Amino acid sequence: MADEGFEFPVDRTQVMLFARSLLDIRPEYWDPNDPATKAVGGITVPPTFVQCSAHWQPDYPLDLTRPRKEPRQPRPEGQGGGGLGRGLHAEQHYEYHHPIFVGDTLTVTTRPGRRWEKEGRRGGKLQFSETITEYRNQDGVLCVTAISVGVQTEKAVEQ
Amino acid sequence: MALQVGDTREQVVIEKLNRTHIVKYAGASGDFNPIHHDEIFAKEVAGYPSVFAHGMLSMGLTGRALTDWLGVTALKRYGVRFTRQVWPGDTLTAKFEVTKVEDGLATIKVVTVNQDGETVIEGEAVAKADAV
Repeated sequence: MADEGFEFPVDRTQVMLFARSLLDIRPEYWDPNDPATKAVGGITVPPTFVQCSAHWQPDYPLDLTRPRKEPRQPRPEGQGGGGLGRGLHAEQHYEYHHPIFVGDTLTVTTRPGRRWEKEGRRGGKLQFSETITEYRNQDGVLCVTAISVGVQTEKAVEQ
Repeated sequence: MALQVGDTREQVVIEKLNRTHIVKYAGASGDFNPIHHDEIFAKEVAGYPSVFAHGMLSMGLTGRALTDWLGVTALKRYGVRFTRQVWPGDTLTAKFEVTKVEDGLATIKVVTVNQDGETVIEGEAVAKADAV
C-alpha cells in the first residue's frame, strides 16, 4: 500500500546545483534560452535527479540536522542507528516514462517492495529491502518509477 | 546512424574525486548521511578507513556519461548495483556496450571502474536506439 505522498516542486536552481554536483554543465539543465533546451521543450533534469526529492520528504532519515516542528521520534532498538552508519545502498533502478521539466510539481509516493536476507562473506548477516517510489507530475502523469534496494549490515563492509 | 550491437563508449567521469565533490553531492541531493562527509563519524563510529562517496554520486556521474553520449531524452531505464565503495582520490571511468537492439530500443551494459580497474557500479540502461 502506497503512502499518500508529498509534493516535490522542480526548481531551476535545484536542477542546476544537482547537475553541477555531477560535473554536468549541459545547457538543458540550466539555460532556458539555449537552442538545445528549446529543442527538448524546456529545462529538464539529469537521470538521477529525482533523488533530490529527499529535501521535501517528511521525516527523511538521512538528514539529522534538518529543522523540524516536532522532535524526531527515537528509532526502535536494533534498527542500525536509523539508517546511518550500517545502512548501505545496494542497488538503484529507474524507469523513465515521461520527461520532467522545471516548473513541474511532482507528487512522490512510496511503497515497500520485496525483503530478503543473505549471509555476507565479510559483513555478517545482510538484510535487503526494496523501496518503490513513483513520481507523478501536476497532470497526474507518471514520470519516473524508482526502485531502491537498501542493505543493513552487521559490520562495516571491508575493502 | 542508430545504436548497433557491439557499439562501445568509454568516458572518464571524475578524476581524483575529492571531499568537496562528495559534499557538493550531499548538499544537492539532500543525502547527509555523515558516513559520506564526517571523517570522524566514518572512522570512529562506523569503522571505515575514511569517508566515501555516495553510491548515487557514482551512478549520477555515470548517468552524465550516458546523456553525453545519447542526449537527455533517450533513456527509458537505468539501473545499477553498487559493488565497491568509492574513496577520495579515486578516478572513475564509465564503460558502455550495446548488447541488444530490439523494437527500436538498445540495451546497454554499464560498468564503471576505478583507477585499479575494479568495478564500482554495474548495471544496464535501455535507450532509444535512434538517439545517436
